Amino acid sequence: MRVAVLSGKGGTGKTFVSVNLACAAEKAVYVDCDVEEPNGRLFLKPEDTRTRSVTVTVPEVEMDKCTGCRNCVDFCRYNALALVPGRLMIFNEICHSCGGCILFCPEKALSEKKREIGTIETGTSGQVTVLTGCLNTGEVSGVPIIKELMELLPEEGDAVIDCPPGSACIVMESICKADFCVLVAEPTLFGAHNLEMVYELVRLFHKPFGVVLNKCLPEENPSERFCRENQIDILAEIPYDAELGGLNSRGLVAARESKRYRELFRGLWDRVTKGAEQ
Amino acid sequence: MKVAVPVEKKTLDASVCPSFGRTPFYALYDTETRTCEFMDNAAAESQGGAGIQAAQLLVDHGVGAVITYRCGENAAQVLKPADIALYKAQDGTVSDNLENYKAGKLLPLAEIHPGFHGHGGGGA
Repeated sequence: MRVAVLSGKGGTGKTFVSVNLACAAEKAVYVDCDVEEPNGRLFLKPEDTRTRSVTVTVPEVEMDKCTGCRNCVDFCRYNALALVPGRLMIFNEICHSCGGCILFCPEKALSEKKREIGTIETGTSGQVTVLTGCLNTGEVSGVPIIKELMELLPEEGDAVIDCPPGSACIVMESICKADFCVLVAEPTLFGAHNLEMVYELVRLFHKPFGVVLNKCLPEENPSERFCRENQIDILAEIPYDAELGGLNSRGLVAARESKRYRELFRGLWDRVTKGAEQ
Repeated sequence: MKVAVPVEKKTLDASVCPSFGRTPFYALYDTETRTCEFMDNAAAESQGGAGIQAAQLLVDHGVGAVITYRCGENAAQVLKPADIALYKAQDGTVSDNLENYKAGKLLPLAEIHPGFHGHGGGGA
């Protein structure tokens, strides 16, 4: 079973929930899709790591073949090419790697060139296989890395996908292969608003889902109210707890260190498994 | 020589548009015939790379100088090999700026900003 963990904003506890879920499962793959700042590995501390490069294809020009016909410039809807006297300029950062310019060049002056945009690190942490997507600084889009991560998901067995924050394309790519979505929400008005964003997204994708209320205090919880009003299943409530804060700040996994949290996350895993089967 | 100015409206009394790449129109002033025409900026609504497309438009129209408040680095990279000079616009109308240009009172645009990539809806 594949579980995606997402939230409308950063800092709600996606990585916390994902890492602990992966450790509470018997044997799982943890996939860090938050490629702009992957931090699950800070807790899981994977060993025997191997790193592979993730590349995109960009055009390269042989100027002596270019006749300046401008087919490529006119074709590119992202304006990644410009023709100035004596030179075809290519803006790699703007290119979306569609390959159209190469197809439309009548002189075959354009060819494909690989450009690295990031890496995928593979390692193990106890029973957990850790896949970490890592986008190079300054790159515009991590989507190609997410797509490669999705191809590395095992056909059988369990996987926990730690999504990037928000509800944009990069999150859609991260949940596309999930059997169940866990939405993590904070107990604030802002948290409830962000919960609504991802709630709309998972409904649009027809994914079974449930909510984990994180950092719960005895006071009124707007995210809980939102769940009640929309008949959303609350899978677990995690308290705003000094013990958890202490474990997290030391880079430890609560489900590995504390019996109480091991039981909480095993219970959550069971709820998720049942939810996915329904 | 042709001088291009990004403008909000198709009149000489209009103010200079603060955006180079996404300005709705350009004023094209011909220093030899002393006439001015206006053209639509096809890049204004583009998904991304507006600066590049706008710069390409000016290169294609044989512009020799641009009067603008600012210019992004990608656009500047396209304008430079075409030997298009960049001048810093002053507050006032398009005519004021053209007068100041003719009087040699405009300063070269010293600062090229890093651009607003990914903020024009062009992200993947």
